Amino acid sequence: MSYSNNEVIQTDHITKTVQRSSLWKEVMKRFFKRKMAIAGLIILLLVFLFSFIGPFFSPYMTAGTNPQEIHQAPSLSHWLGTDHLGRDVLTRLMLAGRISLTVGIGAMLLAVTIGGILGILAGYYGGLIDQIVMRIADILMTLPGLPLLFIMAAIMSEWQVPAEQRLYIVMIMLSLVNWPSLARLIRSQVLSLREREFMVATEVLGLRDKRKVLNHLLPNVVPLLIVTATLSVGGAILSESVLSFFGLGVVPPTASWGNMINTANTLIDFTNRPWLWIPPGVAIFVTVIAVNLLGDGLRDSIDPNMKGR
Amino acid sequence: MTQQKPLLSVNHLKTYFQSDDGLVKAVDGINFDVYQGETVCIVGESGCGKSVTAMSIMGLLPDSSTIQGSINLDGEELTKLSKGNMRRIRGNKLSMIFQEPMTSLNPVMTIGEQITEVLLEHQVISKKQAIKKSLELIKLVGIGRGEQIIKSYPHQLSGGMLQRVMIAIALACDPKMLIADEPTTALDVTIQAQVLNLLQDLKEETNMSMLLITHDLGVVAEVADRVVVMYAGKVVEQGTVEEIFTDPKHPYTRGLLQAKPVLGSRKKRLYTIPGQVPKLVDLKPSCYFADRCEHCMEICTQQTPELKCNDNSEHKVACWLYEKEVVHQ
Repeated sequence: MSYSNNEVIQTDHITKTVQRSSLWKEVMKRFFKRKMAIAGLIILLLVFLFSFIGPFFSPYMTAGTNPQEIHQAPSLSHWLGTDHLGRDVLTRLMLAGRISLTVGIGAMLLAVTIGGILGILAGYYGGLIDQIVMRIADILMTLPGLPLLFIMAAIMSEWQVPAEQRLYIVMIMLSLVNWPSLARLIRSQVLSLREREFMVATEVLGLRDKRKVLNHLLPNVVPLLIVTATLSVGGAILSESVLSFFGLGVVPPTASWGNMINTANTLIDFTNRPWLWIPPGVAIFVTVIAVNLLGDGLRDSIDPNMKGR
Repeated sequence: MTQQKPLLSVNHLKTYFQSDDGLVKAVDGINFDVYQGETVCIVGESGCGKSVTAMSIMGLLPDSSTIQGSINLDGEELTKLSKGNMRRIRGNKLSMIFQEPMTSLNPVMTIGEQITEVLLEHQVISKKQAIKKSLELIKLVGIGRGEQIIKSYPHQLSGGMLQRVMIAIALACDPKMLIADEPTTALDVTIQAQVLNLLQDLKEETNMSMLLITHDLGVVAEVADRVVVMYAGKVVEQGTVEEIFTDPKHPYTRGLLQAKPVLGSRKKRLYTIPGQVPKLVDLKPSCYFADRCEHCMEICTQQTPELKCNDNSEHKVACWLYEKEVVHQ
């Protein structure tokens, strides 16, 4: 092909806009204007540091149980006191944070992967695939989540799953309960995207399905995915705490915020030793609030139409 | 030109849609050829089946439609191709540009990504070469500062530039045949002329054929070699651009030409053809234009006229007025 002698149009005026380009930079700019969202992000980072780096500064990491120091009130050597086995509560709180955050994020990643893939497939191909996926999702959604989790957890206890593996099984359980609503959301988004003109254009250009889905559909769904994924982390942390509180999720000796609160079940601990159950309760509360603030902020900055509510 | 084998040959194409009211005959047995390096315009009012014709050729019809007849592109029968083979032809040998450049590009991908994508899909080419080729293409369609353009997103460019980008994408794989479905309708008038000139220049340089769908007779006069006039899913007149403009035969074509504003002759109101395109369901055998036609005869309401030449030229018309057997009243 030789070059056209058609006149070259002046493009000076667009150079400035091109410099700052990128939709993501715009999103970041809007995000950093939201004080609450920033607060959420900072709190979350602190919780992460507390849980994952904190234990390395604790002198009680290797100590484990210590019969000499059971049920001590908070003091300079044990900032948050000790439990009935003489373990340092602060150290356990950090270790429990690792578990709770891991379960929350792991369950979210699994749910987003399953829900995202199935939602995109159902929305894009429609027909039989859509029917099968959405009917399974419908069935799962008609079953109330918590009892379902209880039943699965009870089965897990029945099979005597080792304590360290329960963590992963709890993740899988939570994602099984959470994927249907995600898949539905993604599917509806894909259904509307599929009819957009640029998707017709990809058809005209003869692109294969893989390219159409990965390059054209997925990037358009990603913002929605990020927001719902973030918000669902909070839900997953809460569900895990509930399960563990009832002794059905992560079980001792592995610490989780939920099974730490479990001590509040005994009247003596509840009335006389608040240092055992208030800290994990506060930890759950703060983390979930921070996650939700972050999620709301992300949603508002990704979708500018929502702002000014 | 007539001695050559046509590049695209559409024969007895019938595209029907099943609707709640009955069978909609959107395209009803049309024939036309497009030769190498030629621009053919399909003109007609809205709802005449122009776009459905284009979509039938591209193989982009919804499942509710049935398609009959043959569409032959460069020796390949498009209606009989498998989905995979059709996909390989689209964007490669046969390309298309749309009316709305603003919405036809993916908003979250850069211009560069969208151009290279087509190249990577249809050609054996490395990513680096593809980017180099995209820069050439951008230059080819007359946009400067290619390096910046390929990094920018669709919302950062104007409608005219986006249409140029669309043209670049459509031409990426050197198609033999380009279908343009009202490529200038969404652009403002000054840009329209630029885009048309560009299309015309590119067509001459690459010797591709172009099928231009439009209702703008100004565009037709400017770029067309031959014109196909469609009405209610049928071809009513077909000829070279000179024949159509200087000697329109079908009353519908005459009406269209009369409805066109002419510089220097200001009228209070433009001429309009009375009535509208009939609903394409349950049409009786007749000339579908009969009830809007000022020359309507008895036979017009009883039999469908056939598209044929009435003299030695290629100028074909489907109208009873030119049938020798019919006694003029």
